[in-house]
Amino acid sequence: MAPVGKPVTLFLQTFGQQDTHPASAVTKIMIECLLTIFGLALVAPFLHWALRSTTHWFLGAIVAGITTWLALQLPAVASGATLHAAFAWVPALGVNFSLMADGLGLLMALIICGIGTLIVIYAGGYLADHPLLGRFYAYILLFMGSMLGVVLADNIIVLFIFWELTSISSYLLIGFDHERAAARAAALKALLVTSLGGLALLAGLLLMGTAAGSYELNEILTRGDVVRSHTLYVPILILILLGAATKSAQFPFHFWLPAAMEAPSPVSAYLHSATMVKAGVFLLARLTPALGGTPAWQGSLVAIGAITMLVGAILSLSSDGLKRILAYSTVSVLGTLTMLIGIGTLTAIQAAVLYLMAHALYKGALFLLAGSVSHATHLYDADDLGGLARRMPLTAVAGFLAALSMMGIPPLLGFIGKESLYEATMTAASEIGKAGTDHYSTGWTRPIMSLTPLAVAAHMLLFVVVVRVGVRPFLGRSRPSAHPPQEVSPSLWLGPLVPAVVGIIGGLLAGNVGSLIVAPAVMAVRGEPHEAAPLALWHGLTPELALSALTLFGGLILFAARRRLVQAAASLSRLADWGPDAGYDRALATLNLAAKTQTRVLQNGYLRWYLLTVLSVTVLLVGYPLIEHMELPEIKNLSDIWHFELMLAAMTLISAYAAVRATTRLGAVAALGAVGYSVALIYVYYGAPDLAMTQFLIETLMVILFVLVFYHLPPFSIFSGRAARLRDTLLALAFGAMMTMLILTTRANQSQPRISEYFVEHSLTEAHGRNIVNVILVDFRAIDTLGEITVLAVAAVGVFALLKLRRSAKKEEMR
Amino acid sequence: MKSVILSTASRLVHPLLLMFSVFLLLRGHNEPGGGFSGGLMAASAFVLHALAHDAQTARRALKVQPQTLIGAGLLAALAAGIVALAIGEPFLTGSWTSFHMPGLGEWTLGTPLLFDVGVYLVVVGVSMLIILSMAED
Repeated sequence: MAPVGKPVTLFLQTFGQQDTHPASAVTKIMIECLLTIFGLALVAPFLHWALRSTTHWFLGAIVAGITTWLALQLPAVASGATLHAAFAWVPALGVNFSLMADGLGLLMALIICGIGTLIVIYAGGYLADHPLLGRFYAYILLFMGSMLGVVLADNIIVLFIFWELTSISSYLLIGFDHERAAARAAALKALLVTSLGGLALLAGLLLMGTAAGSYELNEILTRGDVVRSHTLYVPILILILLGAATKSAQFPFHFWLPAAMEAPSPVSAYLHSATMVKAGVFLLARLTPALGGTPAWQGSLVAIGAITMLVGAILSLSSDGLKRILAYSTVSVLGTLTMLIGIGTLTAIQAAVLYLMAHALYKGALFLLAGSVSHATHLYDADDLGGLARRMPLTAVAGFLAALSMMGIPPLLGFIGKESLYEATMTAASEIGKAGTDHYSTGWTRPIMSLTPLAVAAHMLLFVVVVRVGVRPFLGRSRPSAHPPQEVSPSLWLGPLVPAVVGIIGGLLAGNVGSLIVAPAVMAVRGEPHEAAPLALWHGLTPELALSALTLFGGLILFAARRRLVQAAASLSRLADWGPDAGYDRALATLNLAAKTQTRVLQNGYLRWYLLTVLSVTVLLVGYPLIEHMELPEIKNLSDIWHFELMLAAMTLISAYAAVRATTRLGAVAALGAVGYSVALIYVYYGAPDLAMTQFLIETLMVILFVLVFYHLPPFSIFSGRAARLRDTLLALAFGAMMTMLILTTRANQSQPRISEYFVEHSLTEAHGRNIVNVILVDFRAIDTLGEITVLAVAAVGVFALLKLRRSAKKEEMR
Repeated sequence: MKSVILSTASRLVHPLLLMFSVFLLLRGHNEPGGGFSGGLMAASAFVLHALAHDAQTARRALKVQPQTLIGAGLLAALAAGIVALAIGEPFLTGSWTSFHMPGLGEWTLGTPLLFDVGVYLVVVGVSMLIILSMAED
């Protein structure tokens, strides 16, 4: 057996010249944080069993601790350091388990753990009566760890594995209420779409790694020129875009996200607005230094992003459910982020980072709020709600703050986000033109100019969304309902309130947020130090401010006309029959049909057809190359053949013929047994006692087995007519001829040294055995044997289950 | 199929066959034999029992459920592999130890023997599970 790999050794190291941080202690904690979350996921159900109604506070406290540790690393990272941690994982393939926290990764990690804390606490209240709450904790922590892995990964294989883990945990979470068919279908939809993209992503990442000559991100990111000028650049870009677009619900893959609203509210808030759907956007931002700046990159990202931004905003009008409205607005925001990364100027990247932060805060708050409202009122549609402010004051405060942030009203973080978005779309053209020496191209000036009206239009529509979800339910007359609403428990109002309040603090402390969080993240994306104007809440009377005012004004008008708008959107939704969602359903139906058809044809349940298929396919596949390469050994002397061999051959042939012509079942079985014994005799004659012994025993047991089942078999009959017999004869002869030719050709072509010589040489010295057959079985090729006995065991259990099934069916009949 | 001769003979031959199967298993490393043929031999001992009496008697003679034998066999084979992992070698690497037994001479034992015992148990279990289920049906 070849050595599989050296024992895994753990080593921690630091890379890079800028790294001024005391490495080992800090980086070790980074790995420990990740392991802690996965460890908690493992024990969560047991913890819940032990702690009951306090589990969420306990888990929340641990995640909050990790968040605090991450936040404490901000100053160091802001001063230019990058945290690295690595240990050898699959050294034979050169894959290291390496993590890296730069400005971008740390920002994402903070969002994941910060909002994660609130989500865990919120879930404890929201699902308090759910019998599977412990399992929910496990899933959500599994997701948290995977997502943290995605944003901190330094090796692209590690990144991909965590990426797929987020898809799987998302599947488990969307389908959490697994007894509802709608939840299961939505979970499958999300899984199929994102994992299809994941496959493309894997291919893209591997190609990129090959092009750059490294699988370590920190090395790939410094070799952008090599990657961009590589012949495979366009395929790499397309494949990675597919992965990012499916994950981040970009048009035309946006349809899985609204469907995913079947998940419980905390899941929607966490995975499908604040974190997982941002993974695609994060990946694009992360890979900007390696792939970004080319016309292909800018063109595709800006186009996809702008279309998604508009489609999401328009579709958000066509829904009534609180969560579906929010989901479509999330699609729109994700499009905006993709567009900004595509533009790629300093202003645009800064806007993307700000917008991402602001959105994570206000949209997370709004989703949780929608959950709280539905939890309290048992109502799910936006237009059924009203006058909740008096009954649920704290939730209402959270709603108003989040709504103001989403509308982009000072002094909230959302205001700065939207201002910089407008600034980015307006200045993109001139900035790209100015940076002549930069690698950013100049061909996209014209379309970028026209992005500003599109962004303004999309945000007018989103204004309608936010009023419907964040403001209207709390104002006006309260509606009569079966469940008089009451303020929800602390764990349920903390969830929406904290991010909403953080949004206001972030806006007021814009300067600090800018230098501590935004600037390092922008530097990580741009891959170079930059000098941007420090962030400020108030820039004076600028064109952007005018655009903001215009957005608000337009939004108010649209809101006033919302009934007509909703009608128009509803008539638009008839287009959906030809949309990607319907396409998905049709593709799935076609796939199922194809699977059913081929199963009916190939797995038809008739043993004779299976044999026919297997044998004829083998004859074709082996026979064709065999005819090309056939080489027969020279037969020099036929007198070597002794009468004993001739007798054996004749015996085998006669018993085989007897088996075919037999008219009774016992005769056929006996004749087959004779064939088996003849073969065993050949083994004896050629000195393979082990094989012979096993063959004798097998044949004996086989005949006994046949005798045992005789009683259950239908009367012996001959199904095949003359034509079928002729066909079978020809196939049998062809198969026999093919095997003969194969063996003769193998004998003639023995250019390689034979492996059996190695076994003969080493059997006694290395494996302490003189019986080479046995040594091969239990030592040299033991893992094959392990596989074989496992297959044997599975087959036996299968036979047992089938017989048992039949027996219980029979009993059922007798009753 | 009740036959006095067969049932009397099987009572005598059954233990002999079982002993022979263990003999095959143990000598397998150096002479023809091993877990596969040993296991089949043991299975045929029980099948003889089943033919001479009936399936229930053979099942009683087996003492344990065939499923248990399969599980124990797989575990033994797996354990033989894990021994290697525990001492820092790749999975399933054979490791050996020699010791002197007074009166019996030098003995060499290794994880491949444990592995072969696993194979033996799986083969007995699988054959008995299939044959007994069919015979009892």
